[in-house]
Parts: sequence; C-alpha cells; structure tokens
Amino acid sequence: MIKSVLLSAFTALVLSTSGAVAAGGGQQHIVDFDFSFEGPFGKFDQMQLQRGLQVYTEVCSACHGLRYIPIRTLHDAGGPGLPEDQVRAYAAQNFEIFDADLDDYRPATPVDHFPVNDGVGAPDLSLMAKARAGFHGPYGSGINQFFKGMGGPEYIASLLTGYTGNEKEEAGVTLYENSAFPGGWISMAPPLMGEDVDYADGHSNNLHNVSKDVSAFLMWTAEPKMMDRQHSGLVGVLFLSLLCFLLYLTNKRIWAPIKNRDLT
Amino acid sequence: MSGIPHDHYEPKSSGEKWLHSRLPIAGLIYDTLMLPTPKNLNWMWIWGIVLTFCLGMQIITGIVLVMHYTPHVDMAFASIEHIMRNVNGGHMIRYLHMNGASLFFIAVYAHIFRGLYYGSYKAPREITWIIGMLIYLAMMGTAFMGYVLPWGQMSFWGATVITGLFGAIPFIGESIQTWLLGGPAVDNATLNRFFSLHYLLPFVIAGLVIVHIWAFHTTGNNNPTGVEVRRGSKAEAEKDTLPFWPYFVIKDLFALVLILAIFFAVVGFMPNYLGHPDNYIEANPLVTPAHIVPEWYFLPFYAILRAFTSEVWVVQIASFVTGGIIDAKFFGVLAMFGAIAVMALAPWLDTSSVRSGRYRPMLKWWFAFLVIDFFALMWLGAMPAEEPYATLSLIASAYWFGYFLIILPLLGVIEKPLEQPKTIEDDFNAHYGSPTDAGKSSAAPLATPAE
Repeated sequence: MIKSVLLSAFTALVLSTSGAVAAGGGQQHIVDFDFSFEGPFGKFDQMQLQRGLQVYTEVCSACHGLRYIPIRTLHDAGGPGLPEDQVRAYAAQNFEIFDADLDDYRPATPVDHFPVNDGVGAPDLSLMAKARAGFHGPYGSGINQFFKGMGGPEYIASLLTGYTGNEKEEAGVTLYENSAFPGGWISMAPPLMGEDVDYADGHSNNLHNVSKDVSAFLMWTAEPKMMDRQHSGLVGVLFLSLLCFLLYLTNKRIWAPIKNRDLT
Repeated sequence: MSGIPHDHYEPKSSGEKWLHSRLPIAGLIYDTLMLPTPKNLNWMWIWGIVLTFCLGMQIITGIVLVMHYTPHVDMAFASIEHIMRNVNGGHMIRYLHMNGASLFFIAVYAHIFRGLYYGSYKAPREITWIIGMLIYLAMMGTAFMGYVLPWGQMSFWGATVITGLFGAIPFIGESIQTWLLGGPAVDNATLNRFFSLHYLLPFVIAGLVIVHIWAFHTTGNNNPTGVEVRRGSKAEAEKDTLPFWPYFVIKDLFALVLILAIFFAVVGFMPNYLGHPDNYIEANPLVTPAHIVPEWYFLPFYAILRAFTSEVWVVQIASFVTGGIIDAKFFGVLAMFGAIAVMALAPWLDTSSVRSGRYRPMLKWWFAFLVIDFFALMWLGAMPAEEPYATLSLIASAYWFGYFLIILPLLGVIEKPLEQPKTIEDDFNAHYGSPTDAGKSSAAPLATPAE
C-alpha cells in the first residue's frame, strides 16, 4: 500500500520535474524560515510542536499518515510533551486502528502508531522533513546545506506557503503552481489557507504561522531524538576537546627533550 | 619481527618466564609497541591509527545495530526507524555508524595519498601497499553493501546500478549478476546476502589489517625523507628512530582525539549532511529517483565509470578491435576497476630511484594535479550526466590514468631529483637542531622518556 502512495507521489514529482525542465523554468524558491531548533543549541518549542500536532490532526491527517510514529511518543520529553492522560484521550478521539484480533476497528491507544493513510495516494509524513532537502549547491557542492542545514522543514513550510493560485489540468489531473515544489506544479491542492485551526494558546494562526508550526512538528516526527543527539554531541565535543588539550600537552612534554626544546 | 635492530623482550620474573616458554604473547606485544619508528614522521603518519580506530568503532556499533535490525524487504526500513526511536541510544549508535563510514573513507584517502606522495609503495614495501589496496577494495564492498541495508530509495537503486555493472561483462555477465543478486532483480535474497557479507567483510578487513601491520613492521615505516633507517648496529638505528611507545602512541592519540572531536560535532549537529535525503524514503522498485548518486566516497570512481561513453574514440576503437565484445558499458566498468588497479601497480610503474616526493621537483606538481583531479572527479561524479560535465569527466579520468601509466614511469627517466639527506637523523636535526649543538646528551632523553 505504501508503495502505491510513494509511486503516485513520485510520479507527480518526476512528471512535474520533467515538465518544468522541458519548459526551461521552475526554479525552486525555498524561504529560510527561522526555526527554534536550528543550530547546535537549538531546541524544539514545545508549544509549537503541540500547535503543529493540532494542525496535522485537523488538516493533514485527512490524507497523510505518520506510520512510523508511536502515539505514546507525544508524551516524550523533548517532543510535544502531552501529559499521559491527554495522549490516551488524543489517541482514542482521533484515530481508529484495525485490530486483527477483534477483526474490527477500535479506538487507538498510545501503544499504537499513527495510522497509515494512503487513501488518496498522499505520501507518509513521518520522515518527510529528512526526505527532502530545501537547500542545495552552488553547483551541487552542498555548501548551502553546511551553513543553513538540509532544509527539510524549510522546504515543507515553503511548500505550504508557496502556492501562487494558478492551476492547470494535465491528463485529467489538476496541478497547482507552487514556487517551492521541484518543477513548479504539484498535485496537492493548497491544504492551508490561514486561520485553518484555532490555537488554544492564542498564537497567531495566519498561513505563515500555521505552516511553520506543522513543519516544526514534522521535523520532530522525523528526528524525535534531535535534542538528545545535540546534547550527546556537545558533551562529546567538550570532553574530547579537554582530552585533546591534555594529550597535546603530554605530547609536547614527551617530545621536548627529543626536539631540544626547553619547556621552562 | 623487525629488521631494525632493537631491544627485544626478556622475561624477568619466573611467572613471565613460565608464560614466555609456553606462549610468547608478552614478547609479541612488547616488540609491536616498542617498534623503532623513524623520528621524523610528520602529521600525515597519523591516519593508520584513525583507520584502526574506525574499523573498531564500525565493528562495535555495527554489532549493536544488528541486534535490532531486521534484514527483510518489508521490515528493514521500519527496523531502522525502530532503532532511531525505540532503542536506547539507538539514534546515536546509528549516526555514529553512518558517519563512521565517512570518517573511515576520509582517513583511507588521506592515507593512500600520503603513500603516493612519499613513495611508501616502493620497494621493499610493495606487499604492504598491495594488502592496503585489498583492504581498500574490501572497504568499498562493505560500505556499498552497508548502504543497501536501510532499504531506502538510494539503497535500492544504488544496488541496482552497481550490481548492473557485473551484467556488463560479456557472455557471462548476466549469469554473474543473477548469482550475485540471488534472483533476477534486487530483492529480499539480495538484501539477505548483502547483510551477511556486510557482517563478514569487516572481519576479513581486520585480518588484512594485521597482515598490513605485520608487513610494514618487517620493512620498517617509510618516512617523509624516504631515506631508510640505518641498520648497521642498534646504536646507529637509535639515532634515526624512537620507540613507538610512548612517542608515537601519544602523538597519534592526540591527532585521533582532535579528529574525533570534529567527528562528534558532525554526528551531533549535522548527521545527515553527508547522506542523501532520498534514503529516508522506503525502497520502491517501481519508482526511479531523479538522480541516482552513490555515497560521496565512491563519486571519483563513479565519475570514471560514466566518463567512457560510446562517443569516446578510445571506446570506439576498443569496441571495433574486439568486435563489439567490449561495448561502452563494459569499457566503463573496466575503467572503474582499472583506476584502482593502476594505483595498486604504482610500485612497478614508478621508475624513480628516489622515494619521497619531497626531493622530486617535477613529481610535486604532477602529484598536486592528481589530488585536484581526485576532488574534481568527486564533484563530477555528483553532477548529472550531461555537458559540460561529461567532457570534464573524460579529461579528469584521462589524467588519473595518465598519472600512473605515463607520468610515473617517465618521471623516473627525465626528472633530476634534489639532494636527499644522508640519514633521518640529519633531516631531524635540520628541523630541530643537533643535540650536540644544544649541549645536551642525545642518550639522556632516550633513557628517561617519562621524566
């Protein structure tokens, strides 16, 4: 089933890419959104992840699944951090899972994953923020990625805000012009208009913010251990630097008599 | 073990004597650690330690990953996500393993180019060089098969393209390809055998590494001057060398830890920078990615593979002479493996009597071009197969072969080498001053290295 999802997604991508190349246009325009989790000390914004979860649940989940994400991880530290009772209620209220034992659907529980959703052939979003690179080049060198990051969440947010309003029909499929999509024409209708959801925390829900929130949430689904990893990286770098400094002094000391150097 | 005269292990206590007469393992360790090492080794001689560390790290992280991985086409991709999300520290172990492969290749390329510049491949170190090339080939096989295991789009299509190379062999190619894949296409059988071999080959590499070390412990290390250590007597040898412990162990550890600090920064803060986003999409045999790109460390040879198209006159001649048996595809495969083969043959292609590039004024330039050429090929390998990249790839590939097949043999004849220092001691003292100049005894530091 997932194959058909990816197939249609990729067909759309490949078709539109080749179309754009033939037409000689379609430069991707990726906005460098300012996310809280960027840089070596970046952190996920818990409120933003909760808002993004709300956008996913109320809008995206109609067509897109999150098959690799266990619902229980919504409670994890470093993630949206919902209290356990809320995670239980969230699972039961929003999703139904087919249970082979019951031979029937039942309300989801925290131990279930988000359901697979390939009803209309939309790609799974679990890893989307890592499966797309927003930044490239120049000349395929990847130097932009070095300074700005891979640009997955930026790509998603740019895509959601990048609809120009133009439409065309190709082989019976309506395509929508999008300044972020490779090739410029995407088969997904504009999913967000702004003010699609009402945030409980009173945060602005214009198109820019809603897109940014759901992109941040998808970065978390793709890389839930990002903050742990950055912490490990920082501790590793600090301790290794200290050890490196000590070894530098040791090395200098050992070699000093050989190199006729006076250390005093 | 070594041809350089030095002190050997003498068991002192009765316990040591008891062990030594039964298993001389303490002597083996002592002789390995106290190996006389040329004292003028520069910072390009640290990559061996980095490589040994990488092999150990990849084996250890790999063994842990195997405990949680499922080699099945329907479950492999999900099992990687299981490691990333549910296994304690799994995300860190996987990213270490993933980026560890890149560190491994950075180190091996630095190590190989060090050898090429300082003439480490020349007599009497040809066996060390050949074993090293075998290790490099085994590394490439291991890395390639490891990249297939996550079963992402690039895994699948990379495997399809590379195993397709074997299909280009005339007459028997298709049978070989089917035999390698375990079926007509990349599928579950392929994934399983790649998993099995990806687990096996690192231990083959470990065995080869031991032979590699054994070989150069027998000949002694090369050094930046290429001048051999004097072996007339122990006293003479000691003027040119220092024991590996503690001088080079500490030096190498310092370099290793510095490199690891950078490595941890990459793993911690940008672990996917060297990967391809498409590999976070599960493999799909029905959808070909827009660009199939191998991992960065294969790009130079991938560029050589693609450079020889049917429009190149060399390919046309080869095709005509062999009556079409060698077509453009097979020629590309031959060129790719040939690029590594000519490197392996360097000991016999280099005719110069001088070992180190330091004293070879012409080689210096040609070698610098070779390094630039290598990076150019790496960049070209990542570019789409269209102009101007196709022509540039052809020029860069031609230089790669030209360096080994024409320049190296020719330079030995036409080049006038500079004067080399008589001994390693002379070279060392030229940098740091003679011990007698400074009014110190040269024996004193050797006797009390830990003062």
